[in-house]
Amino acid sequence: LRKNVEDFTGPRERSDLGFVTFDITADILNGKNGLQTFWNKNALIIFDWNVKQLFLYLSAEYSTKNNALNQVVLWDKIMLRGDNPRLSLKDMKSKYFFFDDGNGLKGNRNITLTLSWNVVPNAGILPLVTGSGHVSVPFPDTYETTKSY
Amino acid sequence: AAVAAAAAMLSLDFLDDVRRMNKRQLYYQVLNFGMIVSSALMIWKGLMVVTGSESPIVVVLSGSMEPAFHRGDLLFLTNRIEDPIRVGEIVVFRIEGREIPIVHRVLKIHEKQNGDIKFLTKGDNNAVDDRGLYKQGQHWLEKKDVVGRARGFVPYIGIVTILMNDYPKFKYAVLFLLGLFVLVHRE
Repeated sequence: LRKNVEDFTGPRERSDLGFVTFDITADILNGKNGLQTFWNKNALIIFDWNVKQLFLYLSAEYSTKNNALNQVVLWDKIMLRGDNPRLSLKDMKSKYFFFDDGNGLKGNRNITLTLSWNVVPNAGILPLVTGSGHVSVPFPDTYETTKSY
Repeated sequence: AAVAAAAAMLSLDFLDDVRRMNKRQLYYQVLNFGMIVSSALMIWKGLMVVTGSESPIVVVLSGSMEPAFHRGDLLFLTNRIEDPIRVGEIVVFRIEGREIPIVHRVLKIHEKQNGDIKFLTKGDNNAVDDRGLYKQGQHWLEKKDVVGRARGFVPYIGIVTILMNDYPKFKYAVLFLLGLFVLVHRE
């Protein structure tokens, strides 16, 4: 995972913009990515007869001086029933700009990246599940000014 | 002649009885109708209290959350204060000044120590986030804009309300038939 931070004009004023590249390996079908489901039975099979799709998202969670809790979705994917449940993505760039609300990314030592998903059934309850195995990432203390993204 | 007179009086009485009975039955049916309407309202208000949402059941109106939700799907919402807003959740919100609620997913949140939260949303099927939909100058949504969080859903069933909205004649026909059915039904 490589990260650099650039000062960038965001929605308004200048805020920190973070760049993260990441690899994702997840084995959703066999539950190796950990499960805390609502049902607690059939925990090994996420894609059962009532699951239409999973909405997967990689989110970064961190704290700054301005805000006690920040969560930013960096990447998402819709996995339909029948799609390959094994993910092996390398060197992915984030889909969405990782703007902070202010300048809290510089020198921030603890950005936690977690993979979660929303189970969309054919009909019924819509649970949000967090995968196990999150990663902690620090951002450097300085800004980069080269626009190498 | 006396017998004829007696028979005439009896038949008049009988007619009166019939008229009176019909009126009573009519009042009874009207009261019945009123009870049904009140019970429905009570159930709706009860749902509002239990879920904490002003509109605990909503119909999906657009295709911006496909393939998860389609136009006509029914969503069940809760809006309890104890449930914090987190990314990945599906929220139903209203933009100030507009009455149509929008169903999208939370993309970013920034929450302060005291619980004040501002967040950004995006429809799964949209290429960009919702900033373009918000009010002029508004960059974030807040708790007060939220109608509820989607906790469960049932497909297709809401199509009836969409039809009733788009074709008012259909709505009147449905209401008329319902009213007729209740008034005529003996129960």
